[in-house]
Amino acid sequence: MGMKELIIDYVKDEYLEEGDETEINEGTPLISSGIVDSFSMVSLKMFLEKTYNISIPDERATTEAFDSVNGIISLVKEFAPGAE
Amino acid sequence: MAYSDKARDFYQKELLDIREGGLFKEERYIHSPQGVNVDVEFPADSPPKKVINFCANNYLGLSSHPEVVGAAHKGLDARGYGMSSVRFICGTQDIHRELENKLTKFLETEDTILFPSCMDANGGFFEAVLTKDDIMIADRLVHASVIDGMRLCSAQRDSYKHSDMKHLESKLGQYKDARFRMVITDGVFSMDGDIAKLDEICELADKYDAMVMVDDSHSTGFMGKHGKGTHEHCGVLGRIDAITTTLGKALGGASGGCVSGRKELVEMCRQRARPYLFSNTMPPVIVAAASTVVDLISQTTERRDKLEWNTKYFREKMTSAGFDIREGVHPIVPIMLYNAKLAQDMARDLFQEGIYVIGFFFPVVAKGQARIRVQLSAAHEKEHLDKAIAAFTKIGKKYDILGKGKDDIIAMYGL
Repeated sequence: MGMKELIIDYVKDEYLEEGDETEINEGTPLISSGIVDSFSMVSLKMFLEKTYNISIPDERATTEAFDSVNGIISLVKEFAPGAE
Repeated sequence: MAYSDKARDFYQKELLDIREGGLFKEERYIHSPQGVNVDVEFPADSPPKKVINFCANNYLGLSSHPEVVGAAHKGLDARGYGMSSVRFICGTQDIHRELENKLTKFLETEDTILFPSCMDANGGFFEAVLTKDDIMIADRLVHASVIDGMRLCSAQRDSYKHSDMKHLESKLGQYKDARFRMVITDGVFSMDGDIAKLDEICELADKYDAMVMVDDSHSTGFMGKHGKGTHEHCGVLGRIDAITTTLGKALGGASGGCVSGRKELVEMCRQRARPYLFSNTMPPVIVAAASTVVDLISQTTERRDKLEWNTKYFREKMTSAGFDIREGVHPIVPIMLYNAKLAQDMARDLFQEGIYVIGFFFPVVAKGQARIRVQLSAAHEKEHLDKAIAAFTKIGKKYDILGKGKDDIIAMYGL
């Protein structure tokens, strides 16, 4: 599974209620739309750090950077250049 | 003048956006004491209309109760109007500590500290007891003031899906390396009137060595056999580490709040909670009246029993009438309408029928979850409830929603 699919699956599982069919793709606003609450962004950060064996500094884990799967992928690739 | 045209234009545009977004909040002037029968001026400048109030947090009907008003008068005479001080300089009277002790006894905790409001209790609590080495894990539907308090605290923050114990457990497992874990929830959630699974939360807290904090504002005074709150209702008296609650709802409805729980946590609030340290003390008149309220509800369960009866009766009759109601046992009764305009239109028509209720819609509740929230009181008599049921039925027929569920209503009115 590629990085995009992996992150989308995590977001759906972690943030959508059971039966919620909201479509999430790489460009879907996550935080500004209310799908991801800014409080539990920390678990998304932990998931990325564990999955890609990286450490994202708190000052880079902003609501803007985490607001779409595309944004998250760019951030991860910055710290794990080889990750796909 | 520093208030430039640029600033004025900016704020005027913001206010216009709020209005155009249908989110502009307008006050309705009440020309009578708070109670079941109120005289409401709405729209502004129209003559006050007599309506039955079904939207106050006056759960026990004590807001204008003669004994409470009498106690306020006595308190005013005996201890004066204001204290002109924060608590720790010269703002603590004997009656402040007496009320704290009464609340401790009633809630069956170890100690209590008063705050100017429960918003302030929630705003000050977390910062006073947790640091960056700790993790706060909150239900995703906790009250805005709990969220604000968590934001002011340097501890890590995470959340779990609403009342999802499996999700909470996975979160507790994730943070086992933190110094302290704290599970945070409302006792009763204000929009649906649903009750936190405090028994299961306490089990998980024991298993993962976590503290439990509950905002019990919509519960203190009437949930549980003796009205102690959600912790009594769920059979976990003595197991909640910190309860925040308000004196502004069932307990007389004036103002004030508290943190009640483990004595060390309460003492930390006394030393470090900023809204306690830097805000004026609760006025003696409110302390005196609240103290009488705690006496009243400690002596008899008559009022909470009546509220329980009213709740059961209203829920049963409204369900029989064909309304789509969130099931439950709480006097918050959400009449589900799903469509924001339908909720607003029905609330307006009900007001014309003499029933004062409010429609709630996004962003106060999730999109597509618009409803009228009915709040029952021990001060309602059966005839008040019957009038409301009759009016709801009349208006429900007008909009042809009786006997219809979510899909049918959405098909007719959209989301």
